[in-house]
Amino acid sequence: MATVILQAAFARRYTDGQTQLDCAASNYAALVTALEARFPGFSRSLDSGMAVAIDGEIYQTPLLEPIGPDSEVHFLPLIGGG
Amino acid sequence: MGNEKEALKAGIEQGTYKWVGTRPIRPDGADKVTGRAAFGADLDLPGMVTGTVLRSPHAHARIRSIDTSAARALPGVLAVVTGADFPELPNEVAAGGEAPINFRHISENVIARAKVLYDGHAVAAVAATSAEIAAEALSRIKVDYEVLPHVIDVLDAMREDAPVLHEGLITNGVEPAPTKASNIAGRVEFAMGDVAQGFAEAEIIIERSYTTAAVHQGYIEPHACVASVTADGAATIWCSSQGQFMVREFCSKVLSMDIGNIRVTPAEIGGGFGGKTTVYLEPLAVALAQRSGRPVHMVMTRSEVFRASGPTSGTHVHIKLGAKRDGSFVAGEMELKYQAGAFPGSPAFLGGMTGFSCYEIPHAKAVCWDVVSNRPKCAAYRAPGAPMASFGVESAIDELAQQLNMDPLELRLKNAAKTGTRTIYGPKFLEIGYAETLQAAKAHPHWSAPLGPNQGRGIASGFWFNIGGQSSAAVHVNENGSVSVVTGNPDIGGSRASMAIMAAEVLGMDLDQVKPVIGDTGQIAYSFLTGGSRVTFATGMAVVQAAENVVEQLRQRAAKLWKIDVEHVIWRDGAAHCTKADEAARAPLSLAEIAHQAGRTGGPISGGVSINAAGAGPGFGTHICDVEVDPETGGVKVLRYTAIQDVGRAIHPSYVEGQLQGGAVQGIGWALNEEYVYDAKGRLQNAGFLDYRMPVCSDLPMIDTVLVEVPNPAHPYGVRGVGEVPIVPPLAAVANAVSRAAGLRMTDLPLSPPRLLAAIDGAKAAG
Amino acid sequence: MAKHHVTTTVNRQPVELLCDTSETLLDVLRDELGLTGSKEGCGSGDCGACSVLMDGRLVCACLVLAVEATGHEITTIEGIAEGNTLHPIQQQFLEDAALQCGICTPGFVVAAKALLDRNPDPTETEVRFWLAGNLCRCTGYDKIVRAVLTAAAKMREEAVHG
Repeated sequence: MATVILQAAFARRYTDGQTQLDCAASNYAALVTALEARFPGFSRSLDSGMAVAIDGEIYQTPLLEPIGPDSEVHFLPLIGGG
Repeated sequence: MGNEKEALKAGIEQGTYKWVGTRPIRPDGADKVTGRAAFGADLDLPGMVTGTVLRSPHAHARIRSIDTSAARALPGVLAVVTGADFPELPNEVAAGGEAPINFRHISENVIARAKVLYDGHAVAAVAATSAEIAAEALSRIKVDYEVLPHVIDVLDAMREDAPVLHEGLITNGVEPAPTKASNIAGRVEFAMGDVAQGFAEAEIIIERSYTTAAVHQGYIEPHACVASVTADGAATIWCSSQGQFMVREFCSKVLSMDIGNIRVTPAEIGGGFGGKTTVYLEPLAVALAQRSGRPVHMVMTRSEVFRASGPTSGTHVHIKLGAKRDGSFVAGEMELKYQAGAFPGSPAFLGGMTGFSCYEIPHAKAVCWDVVSNRPKCAAYRAPGAPMASFGVESAIDELAQQLNMDPLELRLKNAAKTGTRTIYGPKFLEIGYAETLQAAKAHPHWSAPLGPNQGRGIASGFWFNIGGQSSAAVHVNENGSVSVVTGNPDIGGSRASMAIMAAEVLGMDLDQVKPVIGDTGQIAYSFLTGGSRVTFATGMAVVQAAENVVEQLRQRAAKLWKIDVEHVIWRDGAAHCTKADEAARAPLSLAEIAHQAGRTGGPISGGVSINAAGAGPGFGTHICDVEVDPETGGVKVLRYTAIQDVGRAIHPSYVEGQLQGGAVQGIGWALNEEYVYDAKGRLQNAGFLDYRMPVCSDLPMIDTVLVEVPNPAHPYGVRGVGEVPIVPPLAAVANAVSRAAGLRMTDLPLSPPRLLAAIDGAKAAG
Repeated sequence: MAKHHVTTTVNRQPVELLCDTSETLLDVLRDELGLTGSKEGCGSGDCGACSVLMDGRLVCACLVLAVEATGHEITTIEGIAEGNTLHPIQQQFLEDAALQCGICTPGFVVAAKALLDRNPDPTETEVRFWLAGNLCRCTGYDKIVRAVLTAAAKMREEAVHG
């Protein structure tokens, strides 16, 4: 089961305060679908511009990035630069 | 050594690097030193007319009416536009982009609608047959303003009774949402562990507030563009920008034009540092070109650049740092309040993500406030948001070192982030080289050089994520075996040289036979802009893959010519070699020989690659600064400066050193002299280089650099982005040096002579 | 308002042009003569990007009125190289990577030439103070100063040994 770790403020708003979730999903899209099923409205949070980190690797425009059975997933704001 | 396994898989044999790590002359160099290179203001098209902008003289006002009739009637005036001529866009953040963008805000910043929100805010634009007529036309435009109270300072803007810029702005990120509009656009929080517990365990706590002023990126080239729209509605834009695809996208949104109808050609860019990652003049120039039927040339004056482009946030930073007596950090908390300028979107959240990231701290929390106020909308500035938060954290660490009587370098080593350290924004670090920069600092002669009276030494570190993103590259083989390498990223710091080096390395050919070209939006596939320290990493990766693609084709052509199977062909030293046992006597086929026969063997040889590069390696830097303080004038002289950074691998070391030196000096200016000064009416007082005081040659010593190389495994040559990290440490490196030299903790930037002198005199008076 | 007739020499070539009273030398160099190598960074003489030589003297072209050029010899960045042979200062800037974006480079090359024309053996401090009127935001000045010092040494060597 992949572990999804969320910031407290984000969790209060979208996942009933749960900051650590187990989720079976083989890729990013499946993960979002599964989380949306569990917490309706979750995918709306991503529209404001969120990147995802899977096992330490940050993806700014993810779709089907693979997630392993022991993966750690974080959602974080999109990072720009100058 | 190259990524040999990968290279061999591609049928390329490589020994030690031929070009990577060398210092050849850059391919665009001759044009740049002779004044031939064409920057945004240098283009002259037949029939070109001049566009100019009328700007608000008020910091905050309602526009009751605009009467442009007298301007339109002036002979020589070909077009006049105001906000009413631009489409109204929905108030929403656009999804699917690389960063969340509210194009309604972009549009309202390009030209005001109901209100003007800062001194310099564009109100109308005119195209005329000469600059004199255009200026006369501006003076004939009558704008009826209802002047409103204004607010600029971030703390003032957060007050209950502050004048409100946007009547509908409700703070995002606060639960329950406020019922009243305010200037607080958003609150973002990051946390790990439990800071209350952490501080309870701490044996020593440093807690302070720090402030930084609004500063400008300071590029020497003002914004400039030419726009032309033909009768069939197709627009062409030549401009200096950090990304021609970004200009195309932003113009298509602001003007509600079909993106396929806009072609953007990048001119050479005279500095950007993030400040040219958005549009100001381009939509105005297109709108004027549409109406006048002529190419419209627009250039900002220096005053307009300061008043109306995008300086970064002035900030209020509160830091609380808890540690054990042995120096181990147990808890860190920060509250950041950043000016966004006229529209939401400060980089406060990035400060929260980066400020503590050099360290292993089990309990940490960052609360980041994004606050609008009546100054220009901020644009990115090199590692946006990070320098200010780091200024606070690194100053607090310095003070902690003093209180613990510990060496500030040892204190950092003790707590240094490493592979596997968890960040406040969630993921753990993969391979990083922070501790290596500290070790290099420790070993550097600067660290142990003696200091004299009124002199002090400061050390500080900094971090930036670096990004990858979408990049495209094409490698075309010419008939004589020379090669074009086409990419879509403006060259802001010498990246053409690095692209050529990487292509030449893969192909094993002479570097001067590789010609890099920067294509316009019609000539190369989409590429995200030049910024985020991404070009050598992501565009370089695309170049490498395109070159490998070409090598594969060259092997196929050699196999055809030799009538053997391609698995018996290896590419080495710019030629195909036959590895078939009974055919080994065959002379190698050079790139030129294969190219010469391209038509016979299947046609032109070229490879195009488009990628979304992941795996950008984070960068860390440590800077050491020595200063001498003059206690009678408050003047600060920078005596010595050393910038140390993990760069992954330096493709062209001179240009990597250049990034460290340039970023460090921008940081020195930020720490010592640069700031936006407003009068009581909210008008910018120092909109020129005389009084917006950036470092000049005589202010500085040589800037020594140390390039630490901990290769990034995700890039074929180990590249990490380098451009942004160097501006993160200098604010605290300088402030720590000044603090130690003066025997006072300096917390408010810039440390200009009047401020420092007041602090010194104040301390003397207090006895 | 009638235009002024200006007769001058630019990069060793005789030049005649018409200009308004208010036009600067920088304006006419760029807009009338197509010599866009001199850049406008500020228009107020603070950045040095428009540095040219007037009878060998270093000036900001944005602070010289076009009419003042009459009877003088103007040298711009376009006149520093000999045909396609770079001046040693230009060559050294390339070898030492003394430029990143390149917008300030024409100004620095002209200013450095003015220095070495009158002081062929400057100290680092003399170079820094001479060039204090030229702003660079990309390089931090380190490689520029080194390039000027190295070019000076090479030029002295050349002068001795030919």
